[in-house]
Amino acid sequence: MRYSVFSLIRNAFSGHTDWPAAWREPEPRAYYDTIIVGGGGHGLATAYYLAKEHGVTDLAVVEKGYLGSGNVGRNTTIIRSNYLMPANTGFYEWSLKLWEGLEQDFNFNAMVSQRGVLNLFHSDAQRDASARRGNAMRLNGVDAELLDREQVRRMVPLLDMENARFPVKGGLLQPRGGTVRHDAVAWGYARGADQRGVDLLQNCEVTGIRVQDGRVVGVETTRGFIGARRVGLACAGHSSHVAAMAGLRLPIETHVLQAFVSEGVKPVLDQVVTYGAGHFYISQSDKGGLVFGGDLDGYNSYAQRGNMPVVEEVMEMGLQLFPAFSRLRYVRQWGGVMDMSMDGSPIIDRTPIAGLYLNCGWCYGGFKATPASGWCFAWTIAKDEPHRLNAGFRLDRFATGHVIDEKGAGTTPNLH
Amino acid sequence: MLLLPCPFCGARAETEFVFGGDGSVAPPPEGENASDAAWTEALYFRDNPRGAHRELWFHRHGCRRWIAVERDTVSHAILRAELLVPSARKDGQA
Repeated sequence: MRYSVFSLIRNAFSGHTDWPAAWREPEPRAYYDTIIVGGGGHGLATAYYLAKEHGVTDLAVVEKGYLGSGNVGRNTTIIRSNYLMPANTGFYEWSLKLWEGLEQDFNFNAMVSQRGVLNLFHSDAQRDASARRGNAMRLNGVDAELLDREQVRRMVPLLDMENARFPVKGGLLQPRGGTVRHDAVAWGYARGADQRGVDLLQNCEVTGIRVQDGRVVGVETTRGFIGARRVGLACAGHSSHVAAMAGLRLPIETHVLQAFVSEGVKPVLDQVVTYGAGHFYISQSDKGGLVFGGDLDGYNSYAQRGNMPVVEEVMEMGLQLFPAFSRLRYVRQWGGVMDMSMDGSPIIDRTPIAGLYLNCGWCYGGFKATPASGWCFAWTIAKDEPHRLNAGFRLDRFATGHVIDEKGAGTTPNLH
Repeated sequence: MLLLPCPFCGARAETEFVFGGDGSVAPPPEGENASDAAWTEALYFRDNPRGAHRELWFHRHGCRRWIAVERDTVSHAILRAELLVPSARKDGQA
């Protein structure tokens, strides 16, 4: 069924009790042409674009829990494309363009809101760096505006501009950046893939990857062996131990990142605002809660929960920017486990094993990349070669020295 | 909050420490004669275990010694902690 204002009115007359399920719950078949491991944002987007753009419908997504139970629902919902490195700029800008047409494309309301992403700066050096980044973005066809102090003050009246140590000197604004309702992204892609014949297999954990003569032949799961000609891994957070089932070792560590939501209040913050003198980002959801986050906990962890020191640090940084928020209570907190790659950039590539493809290393920037990640991974699987947009995200870049280190932090996954 | 059992100072909060990363990583023994592939493995590739993980911590606000900790990356239980003692060099220097 197609969702529209007419279907909404029609179902209102029956008290919204007759809506059909958004997707089927099929039994696993013995064989699929292609299997995607991981029913999160990236896996579902990959399945959607494989079916829609490349006509691959003999396709299953296997997910160990329920659809969208991982990081696609554990982030601060920000989308943007304000990158500096050439390999990143084109990719993330394509992602933002896909976000802009996504709801019409998959006929689902994902509440894409291009409210602007404002990165504050607090010193002359930071102003220069912001100007350079903004110029690089504009040269690459991305929108960017350098705002001075007064423009920022008018735009975000609650900001403490006069912080003694880190006064706000201005900001770099990407007007097309914003937020998206993250769960709806997983649901929209899942529904779109299901409508095109993709089997979404939930509660189906991969326990092994079967390889014969250097070629993948299927996956062992908790619901039995499923044969396949091609297998794509999109299970960020757990990429290392899933890839290890095929004998691969990855340039990745797993770390936990927390996010927080306050109680709901009237509209007080219209943009996404990030702190330039700390690591803090905040926006206000349509429900009124302030959604914010900061740094990783800082040490390897697969626990989907966080620790107190980072909670305190994030709150402190938030109050440096917005002292008024000290009166708010925060009501929810969660942790997601991140694939932290060794240069802070992702990997979308083939592997040394024929028919096995890899999508991992998203660090904590995976949500904004969801559409382009799925689009490029689908291309890579369908054509057995990378698209030019993900040509830089190679697995062998660490051996060849072509690392994409946006932050220049080196091989320190806990600092990217 | 992690409580790390420093062999000198006893159980201390994680905020006193600096995380030093995966403690199982070592440069290839051949040093500068090692192959590019061996250096790539050592610099960039990790086991990233889901379970017991050997890692290094520096007790910055305590005894300022490096300790090696074995910690479960799912439950965060500390399994072992010991002083990191540099192996003696052939020329007798520490």
